[in-house]
Amino acid sequence: MTLKEKEKSWKEISIAAVCWKPSTEFLTGDWKTYKPVRDPAKCTRCLLCVIFCPDGAIHWKADRNDIEFDYNYCKGCGVCANECPVKAIEMKLE
Amino acid sequence: MKSVEQKVLALNGDEAVAYAVKQCDVDVVAAYPITPQTIIVERFSEYVANGEVETAFVCTESEHSALTACLAASLTGARAFTASASAGLALMHEMLFVTSGCRAPVVMAIANRALSAPINIHGDQSDTMAQRDSGWIQIYAENAQEVYDSVIQAFRIAEHPEVLLPAMVCLDGFQLSHSVENVNVLPDDVVKKFVGVRQFPKVLTHEGKLAPLRLDPHNPMTLGPLAFPNYYFEFKRQQEEAMKKALEVIRQVHNEYAEISGRSYGDGLLDPYHLEDAEIATVCLGSTAGTVKAVVDELRSEGVKAGLLRIRAFRPLPVEGIRKALENVKAVAVMDRSMSFGGHGGAVFHEVRHALYDSDKRPFIVNYIYGLGGRDTSPMQIRAIYKDLQEIVQKGHVETPIKYVGLRE
Repeated sequence: MTLKEKEKSWKEISIAAVCWKPSTEFLTGDWKTYKPVRDPAKCTRCLLCVIFCPDGAIHWKADRNDIEFDYNYCKGCGVCANECPVKAIEMKLE
Repeated sequence: MKSVEQKVLALNGDEAVAYAVKQCDVDVVAAYPITPQTIIVERFSEYVANGEVETAFVCTESEHSALTACLAASLTGARAFTASASAGLALMHEMLFVTSGCRAPVVMAIANRALSAPINIHGDQSDTMAQRDSGWIQIYAENAQEVYDSVIQAFRIAEHPEVLLPAMVCLDGFQLSHSVENVNVLPDDVVKKFVGVRQFPKVLTHEGKLAPLRLDPHNPMTLGPLAFPNYYFEFKRQQEEAMKKALEVIRQVHNEYAEISGRSYGDGLLDPYHLEDAEIATVCLGSTAGTVKAVVDELRSEGVKAGLLRIRAFRPLPVEGIRKALENVKAVAVMDRSMSFGGHGGAVFHEVRHALYDSDKRPFIVNYIYGLGGRDTSPMQIRAIYKDLQEIVQKGHVETPIKYVGLRE
C-alpha cells in the first residue's frame, strides 16, 4: 500500500493512530495480482461492474458514454469479471 | 497550604472506590459484576438510582463489552469508569490493548483476585500482573484510604494530555475490597475541582485540520485503524513515551493532592518505610505493606535495621527510584503475590532485580512468593523473611533464591 509521502517518525504522527491522510491517499491498487481488462467491443455499458465493484474503482464516464478502471484502487478481486453478463472482462496476470 | 476539612466514613475498599467515582463527575460507567469487585458497581448503581449522579450506567453482557462501552464513551470525550477482577479482567484482555492503543483514559478499579483453575474467589495479584504489558497505568493501594485517594488521582493522571493512557487502581481482594476502615473523604466540590474537566490534545486529521482528539461529527476523524508494518511500531513507541511522561505526572498529581488532603504516599510512585539507614529490606505491593510495616516497627525496636519499599506505581515502573532506594541495602527480599510459571520468580522480583542490575553495589536479592488464592500472610512469616535476610548478610551468599511463604512442602 503506497502512501505518497516520506514515512514519518513516531514524533511526527498523530497519537491514537489518528489518520492524517484521507483513505484515498493510500493506493491499495498495488495489492493486486490479476488486473481486469475489458474488451470494449463486447461491453454493453450495462454498468453492473460499476455497481458490484467493492472498492468503487470502476467509474462511469457519462461524457464518453464509457466506463473506466481506476487501477490505483482496484485490488484485482475479479468480482467485475464474474458478474459481467457478456464476459467482456478478463482477469490478466500483472 | 492547610488541608481541607474532611468527613470520616466507615467504608470498605470497594465502597471507597464507588464514593470516589461518585465525586469525580463520571459520565459513563459500564460494568459487569464479579467478586470481589461487585460492591463497587453495586454501590454506584445505587447512586445512579437515587439520582445522586448524572452518570449513564450501562449494564453489559460481559466484561469484554463493559470495557468496549467505556472505550467508546471515552473516545467521544466522556469520562468513563469500570471495575473488574480475575476472570473478568482476563476476558477484557483484548480490549485492554485496544483502549491503551486508542489512548482512551478509562479508569478501572481492580479488586485483585486469583485466576482459575481451580476456581478461587480470594485475593492475589495474578490478574493484574498478567496484564502488566497491556499499556495501562497500574497503581496498587495499601488500604481503603489510599484506594479512595488513588481513584481520584487516577482520573487526573490518565486524562493528562501528555499521558492519555488508561489507568488501573488495584486493591487486594477481600483484604481491602471487603474490609471496613475509617476513610477520610474530601468535600464533593473539592474533588470536582481537583479532577476538573477533560482536556483534549490536538491531532492532525485526514481533513488536514488540527482538531481535539475525540469523536465529534464536526471534526470527523478515524482512530486506531489498520496500521501496516511501516507504521504500527511508531504508534507503540508513542505509548512508551506516554508511560515515561506518566512517571512525572503521577508524582505531580500525588503532590498536588497531598496539599489538599494532607495525605501522601512516598513520592506517589514509591512509598519507602524506614529505608534511609536500612541494612535489610523487603519490597511489596498493596495491603501486605501494612503487615510488613508493623513487623519493621517491631524489628526496629529490637535494634534491627529493617526497612520496606512499597511499590505504588508498577506501571510505569520507577526503575531509577527503585535502584536509588535499594542500592545501599545489603539484602533485599521481593514479595510476589502472583507466579510467573517457569519464569524463575515472580514479576515484581524480575523487575526489582532488573532495576538493581545497573547499580555498582548490587545487594543480595531473593524472592518470596506468598498469599496465593487468598492465603493469609502473618507477621511471624514476615519476621522469618527478615531473619533469612540477616542470615544471607551474615553468610555472604544466597542459598535459596526463590521461596514460598506458608506453603506445605
